[in-house]
Amino acid sequence: MVRDKYHNQLIQLQEKISSLSELVKNAIKESIISLQDHNVEQAVDVIKDDIKIDEISTQIEIDCMRLLALQQPLARDLRLIVAIIKINIDLERTGDLAVAIAKVTVAIDNEIHIKPLVDIPRMATVVCKMIDGAQRAFCESDSDLAYDIAIFDNEVDALYNQVWREIMTLMIENPHNIRNASQLTLIARNLERMGDHVSNMCESIVYMVTGKRVKLN
Amino acid sequence: MINIAGHHRILSHDTINKIATLILWASAVITISFLVYIIGYIIIRGIGVINISFLLDSPRMSGAEGGIFNAIVGTLCLVAIALITAVPIGVGAAIFLIEYATDNPVTRVITFGVECLAGIPSIVIGLFGYAFFVVYLGLGFSILSGGLSLMFMILPWTVRASEEAIKTVSMELKEGSLALGATKWQTIVQIVIPGALPGITTGVILGTGKAIGETAVIMYTAGSSLLLPHSIFDPVRALPYHLYILVSEGISEDMAYGSAVVLLVMILIINLMAIGIQKMCNKRMK
Amino acid sequence: MIKLLENETIEIESIDINLWYDDVQALKDISIKLPKNKVTAIIGPSGCGKSTFLRCINRMNDLIKTCRVTGELLCGSTDIYGKDIDVITLRKKIGMVFQKPNPFPMSIYDNIAYGPRIHNNLNKNKLNDLVEESLRSAALWDEVKDKLNKSALSLSGGQQQRLCIARTLAVKPEVILFDEPCSALDPISTTRIEDLIGKLKKDYTIIIVTHNMQQAARASDYTAFFLLGEMIEFGKTKIIFEKPKQKSTEDYITGRFG
Ligand SMILES: Nc1ncnc2c1ncn2[C@@H]1O[C@H](COP(=O)(O)OP(=O)(O)OP(=O)(O)O)[C@@H](O)[C@H]1O
Ligand SMILES: [Mg+2]
Repeated sequence: MVRDKYHNQLIQLQEKISSLSELVKNAIKESIISLQDHNVEQAVDVIKDDIKIDEISTQIEIDCMRLLALQQPLARDLRLIVAIIKINIDLERTGDLAVAIAKVTVAIDNEIHIKPLVDIPRMATVVCKMIDGAQRAFCESDSDLAYDIAIFDNEVDALYNQVWREIMTLMIENPHNIRNASQLTLIARNLERMGDHVSNMCESIVYMVTGKRVKLN
Repeated sequence: MINIAGHHRILSHDTINKIATLILWASAVITISFLVYIIGYIIIRGIGVINISFLLDSPRMSGAEGGIFNAIVGTLCLVAIALITAVPIGVGAAIFLIEYATDNPVTRVITFGVECLAGIPSIVIGLFGYAFFVVYLGLGFSILSGGLSLMFMILPWTVRASEEAIKTVSMELKEGSLALGATKWQTIVQIVIPGALPGITTGVILGTGKAIGETAVIMYTAGSSLLLPHSIFDPVRALPYHLYILVSEGISEDMAYGSAVVLLVMILIINLMAIGIQKMCNKRMK
Repeated sequence: MIKLLENETIEIESIDINLWYDDVQALKDISIKLPKNKVTAIIGPSGCGKSTFLRCINRMNDLIKTCRVTGELLCGSTDIYGKDIDVITLRKKIGMVFQKPNPFPMSIYDNIAYGPRIHNNLNKNKLNDLVEESLRSAALWDEVKDKLNKSALSLSGGQQQRLCIARTLAVKPEVILFDEPCSALDPISTTRIEDLIGKLKKDYTIIIVTHNMQQAARASDYTAFFLLGEMIEFGKTKIIFEKPKQKSTEDYITGRFG
């Protein structure tokens, strides 16, 4: 094997992406749990922990730039790095969206939700499943899996529409609901955006594996 | 003396080094001293008779009086004939051997022949020249017979020097020329020969130096006439042979030493020319 | 392959070229089409036969006595290895620039004029014009215009290589073969020669052997990957360096063997 050091660096980068997606996934889970439990403390933790996500993300970006500049990667390696740069951005954004959810939780404080939270946690579950799947597709260079995962975004979108319609109805019924209603729409909206980011990640994975540029949503 | 390596030596490296240097110096000094002694002796013995008329007058009374002009002319004529014939043949043979010949028995025989030619004693070449040019071809004692026999003396030098010089012309240059669409012959004429010229010239000039001093080859082929030649079919007496006769027949020792000085100076000039040409070529290449 | 080159005119086409040095086979069934007015790069590990293939095209392999070629190599419609082909005319048409700059030990002017003087009798003025034109095309004119009579060996390595290119251009070839032209040069000279190659492809068909992947990626339109005497992959350079079809190509250009 030639260029061993370089290839080890590539492997390390892949591992960093895995741990980044793990962190983001946790952030999403915890932001939703804290929302459900009106747990402001936990929400604040999510907001604080975003620093870790940002740090790893910055580190990944720096590593990518170094590899591009010093090793001038080609073919498979070039595609891998390009994919990592894009996935990195998507993951970091997803993390920010989780933070946005946590901030809403802090704002809501002890206010009672206008409706029991069913579809919103379900959206979060789907998004987390997507992140998991994307991570696996990335690690195993499985473009088929990436295609499959991207399809789940439709489910997220459907749930979002459902939540949105429901909340609209509640707002029309009673203008007092508007405050909480708009907070919940914002959260659903953020979860929907997360789904888009994950399907972007799937696009990057398909490119990484096949060299083809596809649009998956 | 500190013995760093811990070996028990009778002499340290340093001492061995000094002794070796001393021995080498001594050899060099001895060689130079002999050279200086010989040249000095000859010059001191011979310088007395040298003047313009010694150089430009014809010999009188078998060389006991007059000058050595005719012998100088004789030598130059013989060398000229030898060069005019040896250079084209030698360079041609070298080009053939290096550029055209494949490694087959014929080539090997030619190479071997050239080696042998270099090793043949000059008196044998003289004898051959006598039998072949003088008698068989009926050229008699003449500049032509002598010159052609001399050619055999310097031919191996020319071939070998040219071979070496041609080999130094890099394959890259030849490929460069061929890739531009030059023929092999154009490449040889325009790239190989100019590139090999300094080496060839040096070889030829050194060969000439050898030819000038040659006596045995000329004795039986060029004759010993003291008259000025009118054509290449006339006999001449070469300078070294003149010297030989002056001494061996007890004609005049002074004249002999004078001739020796002239001979030495001619050889010196030729060697200087060789060095000069090489320098000039090197400079032009840079 | 047919689809790949459908908009290209083919300048050189090799069909099942096999080549042996004595009984060692150095090229195996090489079939490739080299498009006109494009730069084609040949890449591959050392000893895979890149130079050998290049030297087939202008028959420089004729100089090697042990070398034997079978197959068909077409330039336009003429068979390069055909019986009635004149090697001199062929080499005039297909020029070559070597790995090591090899200027002749003569003046800059004479170096450039060497080819034209061999091939046609130009008068003094025409020859001067041709020398200037060639030096200009090789981006060397400004650097040497005041010292045309100086020895070519006084130039720097990069200048010498451009001189060699100019010397080749002066013969007005149609195809130029470059065998690792930058391997002995510094990065700046390398960039200049790459730029030059980019400009030259307007008028010439260029084939370049290189060990520098980035150079191949930058300078060429098509790339062929050779391995152990075989051509493994041929395609648009963009594709070869982003998503090659063959695994061995990808392994080679990402440095996973060699
Ligand atoms: N003149 C020759 N005689 C015998 N074998 C040769 C000769 N030239 C090349 N070969 C062999 O042919 C094979 C291909 O050589 P070639 O020079 O074409 O390789 P290459 O791809 O140009 O390598 P590099 O990148 O090192 O220049 C090698 O195995 C080499 O040993
Ligand atoms: Mg090569």
